Amino acid sequence: MHGLINRSIQCFLRDTYGAAIWSAVTREAQLGFDSFETMLTYDIAQTNAVIEAASRLLGRPRDTVLEDLGIYLVSHPNVQALRRLLRFGGVTFADFLHSLEDLPGRARLALPDIDLPQLELIDHSAADFTLICRSGLAGAGHVVVGILRAMADDYGALSVVEHLGLRNGGEAIMITLAESDFTSGRRFDLALKAVAE
Amino acid sequence: MNLACLPQTDFQLGPEALGALMPLHLVVGSDGKLLGCGPSMQKLMESKPLIGFDFFDVFEIRRPSGLGTLAALRARAGGRIYLHARALPGTGFRGLAVPLAGGRGMLVNLSFGIGVVDAVRDHALTDADFAATDLAVELLYVVEAKSAVMQELRDLNLRLQGAKSAAEEQALTDTLTGLRNRRALDVALAQAVAGPRPFALMHLDLDFFKAVNDTLGHAAGDHVLRSVADVLLAETRSNDTVARVGGDEFVILLPGLIDPTRLEQIALRIIARLCEPIPFEASFCRIAASVGVTWSTAYERPDADTMLNDADQALYSAKRAGRGCVHLHNIQPPGSAALGA
Repeated sequence: MHGLINRSIQCFLRDTYGAAIWSAVTREAQLGFDSFETMLTYDIAQTNAVIEAASRLLGRPRDTVLEDLGIYLVSHPNVQALRRLLRFGGVTFADFLHSLEDLPGRARLALPDIDLPQLELIDHSAADFTLICRSGLAGAGHVVVGILRAMADDYGALSVVEHLGLRNGGEAIMITLAESDFTSGRRFDLALKAVAE
Repeated sequence: MNLACLPQTDFQLGPEALGALMPLHLVVGSDGKLLGCGPSMQKLMESKPLIGFDFFDVFEIRRPSGLGTLAALRARAGGRIYLHARALPGTGFRGLAVPLAGGRGMLVNLSFGIGVVDAVRDHALTDADFAATDLAVELLYVVEAKSAVMQELRDLNLRLQGAKSAAEEQALTDTLTGLRNRRALDVALAQAVAGPRPFALMHLDLDFFKAVNDTLGHAAGDHVLRSVADVLLAETRSNDTVARVGGDEFVILLPGLIDPTRLEQIALRIIARLCEPIPFEASFCRIAASVGVTWSTAYERPDADTMLNDADQALYSAKRAGRGCVHLHNIQPPGSAALGA
């Protein structure tokens, strides 16, 4: 699994629970090193070992840890770059949902060897969607659920996002938009320099 | 582009439809006056003169050069033009002008080209300022994603640089010869000084080494240094510390050995072996060596710096006495031994 993904998990655990927890996770997962490098590739078994170790040490189910990771990726001040890249997906949350299938392709523009989940969006109506997430990492759909919930907040859209379990050879996520302009959401400028947050 | 190949169609577009398709377009009348523009062009120009003004007064076509009249522009219709608004000198456009049907002027469509990143920043543009088909936002995305990746790589390089410095800092081996380095010698010497066992220090310096480097080159010099290292390791015991402490300077720490006669024998044997010609490619490198020796029991309270200095003094006294010599510290030159003397 790409170092960037492993490093994201590391930063999530470190920023949310502290450096001591991250050290304990590296020992529990028997990584043999204390930090992932973003630009290297690691065996997916190590990624799983880290998630399992974090789940045990924090006393939280694996799915919850993964969903919290998704929320962190969008909302934590330390990872603003990712939130900005996601916001390029569209002007509204619905636009953003329609752009999700392009996400792995967009990521590969910058990192040709990144292995993001394959996403398939089915629009049942203008407000009801099913997203199928296929990934080598079990539970990746829960990360996507966390990202979608946080992005809905970011856009100021009121929505319901639920993980439906395995379906169509992937993890199914149900998304229902209640109101597209629930709040004004967070500001997004196309130009990076214009951001003064 | 050969416009004659396009099928003839007969339709009209209202200003809003035209604006949605081409937010940066300009409509130029047959008299050269600007009749209309797209919404993004309107936003860029704000209160600056635009509609009703002469196209060539508002815009300057930089290339192809000499395009200063509508007739000239019409003659180049369909070709790529580079221009900027005189009121916005920092924002360059790439454009395309096509004649309107019935000789009613021209339609000019513009884009920012590669300058889109600066334009978005300078004019606070949003998604809505670009046509839905425009890849400008994708380009901005790639620029930002690339910057984020570059930042990660820079951070990675800094971490690697730090790790490399730390590793070098901690390294105890001389990379050329595989012998111990100065740092390793200091550590071993400090332990020997603090420990109960007596020990000796031998300071060895090569003679004629510079001549090898100068006449046969650095590759020969490196080869000689590696050969010297082999000799020193072969002529000492496994628990002795053999260190290269300078270009052609070596120090040997010999624990448990303080007998002057034996030390002298060892040094002479080393010198004898180093005097043997060292084959290198088609020639032979000829060097020699001088040695200064001291030992811990010669001091009431042995001290690393003093002992290194005394070994050094003995070495230089050996050098002065003629090369290929051993001098023992505390023993006057008549007691010194020279190879073949």
